[in-house]
Amino acid sequence: MNKELDRNKSYWRANLKIVSWLMVFWFLCSFGFGIIFSDTLDQYRVGGFKLGFWFAQQGSIYIFIVLVFVYVHLMNKLDRKYAKIEEKD
Amino acid sequence: MEVQELTYLFVGLSFAVYIGIAIWSRAESTNDFYVAGKGVHPVANGMATAADWMSAASFLSMAGLIAFLGKDGSVYLMGWTGGYVLLALFLAPYLRKFGKFTVPDFIGERYYSSFARKVAVLCLIFISFTYIAGQMRGVGIVFSRFLEVDINTGVVIGMGIVFFYAVLGGMKGITYTQVAQYCVLIFAYLVPAIFISILMTGNPVPQLGFGSTLVDSPVYLLDKLDQVTVDLGFDEYTQNSKSVIDIFCITAALMFGTAGLPHVIVRFFTVPTVADARKSAGYALIFIALLYTTAPAVSAFARMNLIDSIQDKEYSSAPSWFKNWEEIGLIAWKDKNLDGAIRYSSGDAVKGRPVYDTERGPSGERIVLNSPNFDNENEVYIDRDIIVLANPEIAELPGWVIALVAAGGLAAALSTAAGLLLVISSSISHDLLKKTYMPKITERQELFFARVSAAVAIAIAGLFGIYPPAFVAQVVAFAFGLAAATFFPVLFMGIFSKRLNKEGAIAGMLVGLIFTATYIIFFKFLYVDLNTSENWLMSISPEGIGFIGMILNFVVAVLVSSATKPPPQEVLDMVEMIRKPE
Repeated sequence: MNKELDRNKSYWRANLKIVSWLMVFWFLCSFGFGIIFSDTLDQYRVGGFKLGFWFAQQGSIYIFIVLVFVYVHLMNKLDRKYAKIEEKD
Repeated sequence: MEVQELTYLFVGLSFAVYIGIAIWSRAESTNDFYVAGKGVHPVANGMATAADWMSAASFLSMAGLIAFLGKDGSVYLMGWTGGYVLLALFLAPYLRKFGKFTVPDFIGERYYSSFARKVAVLCLIFISFTYIAGQMRGVGIVFSRFLEVDINTGVVIGMGIVFFYAVLGGMKGITYTQVAQYCVLIFAYLVPAIFISILMTGNPVPQLGFGSTLVDSPVYLLDKLDQVTVDLGFDEYTQNSKSVIDIFCITAALMFGTAGLPHVIVRFFTVPTVADARKSAGYALIFIALLYTTAPAVSAFARMNLIDSIQDKEYSSAPSWFKNWEEIGLIAWKDKNLDGAIRYSSGDAVKGRPVYDTERGPSGERIVLNSPNFDNENEVYIDRDIIVLANPEIAELPGWVIALVAAGGLAAALSTAAGLLLVISSSISHDLLKKTYMPKITERQELFFARVSAAVAIAIAGLFGIYPPAFVAQVVAFAFGLAAATFFPVLFMGIFSKRLNKEGAIAGMLVGLIFTATYIIFFKFLYVDLNTSENWLMSISPEGIGFIGMILNFVVAVLVSSATKPPPQEVLDMVEMIRKPE
């Protein structure tokens, strides 16, 4: 029982770490590049886009998709790891 | 074939498919009716979520809104997609693990309180009906413009279709029709966008096309658009005109609101496992992003084409779409300088929404009775909702593309309406009747009540369509602001904090609700004249205030919880169960 509690606790901590990192990127690409630093980034260009404008209307959305799939991947990996530990115990 | 015949054909065919699916996927149990038997494949659920989420507002109004707002319109793009990251990381997997039927169900159990459950039901019903009213307006616009039937007849037909598959099939019927509706709506959105992108920039990918040069010159489309908008006295297209703090708060309110919308959350109850719920959120975001990354391209193309095709043209030689939309009252022209030519620039052409005389003016235009605004030169009133529907005509695309867009608009409106009706009916039959007032009813009776409440909700939604409340546009801020200020914090803390108790959650929800609702009602309904940035709290508009309401909810919930006694052991066990690996 105690072992199970410890296991759940460390699983939850690993989960929180993954989520916190992803949230940093989430904030940076939308509120950071798309809003707060958007005007500054506008001095750089990618093709016909000003960079800040591109982040606000395109880039942030692509990064959101990547973030969710990175999350899916990391959590599945974590789940597999803990399923193995459970088998051993 | 004529455009109208083609439209009848496409709309008729798509409706036949929806009805066919409804008959095939009838609900046999409450489990089927509420959560489609928890057997939906994650990709199918992704599509259904996308159709559920993308409403008449996303399909019909958003690109038009961005076309006129320029960079300020980014709040919708980031806000309505970024919320899915929150949903995937913080809510969907855990609420699926909880394994019940509705969002108030989670709140009621986690906070061991039937009062909390009732507050949640109240917020849910308010948010969902607000949203449905908007869908019905979308259905009405499509029917009256393209099928030339009376708006009321259109609404009744739409309601009839939804009635059929929602009452018969519940969540199961809705899910599979939404999959079909997603296919219809995304095809209808992309085809004209691709056509127009090729015509204007030679690039078949609209997402790249609007960052390319124009076909007939070496100038980038967005640079040209910046120059033209500035020349006509508008704000520069790729520059923000709202303050950074306001843009920040609106985006945040839309994001947290999206993550807190019950009809979206409940979609993740329908997949078989927790891992599927996570994956499904990713697929949903891809399917949504397909439209959301295309929309700003459509906006830029439409703004450019619109200016090109009417600026300084004689009214007598104006394009036919201009006159068609004028006929149904969504475009108006007031020849202020009496030269017979259309002059389009910044500012409102006339005061208020146009009111037409029965007589015709000297150039053959519908005479507008409103008094003109002489502080600017603009002579044109254009309702922003028509941009997506008019865009194929403005770009002179073939008739079948125009017909396709009409079918897509209906798919978007109906799929969202059905999803909303379902959460309303299940919160009534499950949370109010079964869990609160009539706990003794059998499953068969509960299913019967679920069907009855779905039917009643459809009838009320139909009334909203026929007698549209004047406040539809204003209440959109309400739906998202309230979802952010009430649901998101209690759902999030219900999972991520073990300390948050009944008292804290109820106090938090009520503070969020009252603060946000008061602010919006004050500026949007009571003192509309005062609704300018000088009077706003920290220059945050009513659209963004939900974010502040959410922070207040968090603060109050934590403070009240720490002063009262912690939740009972069985609730702590439940939270532990939700967090555990599967």
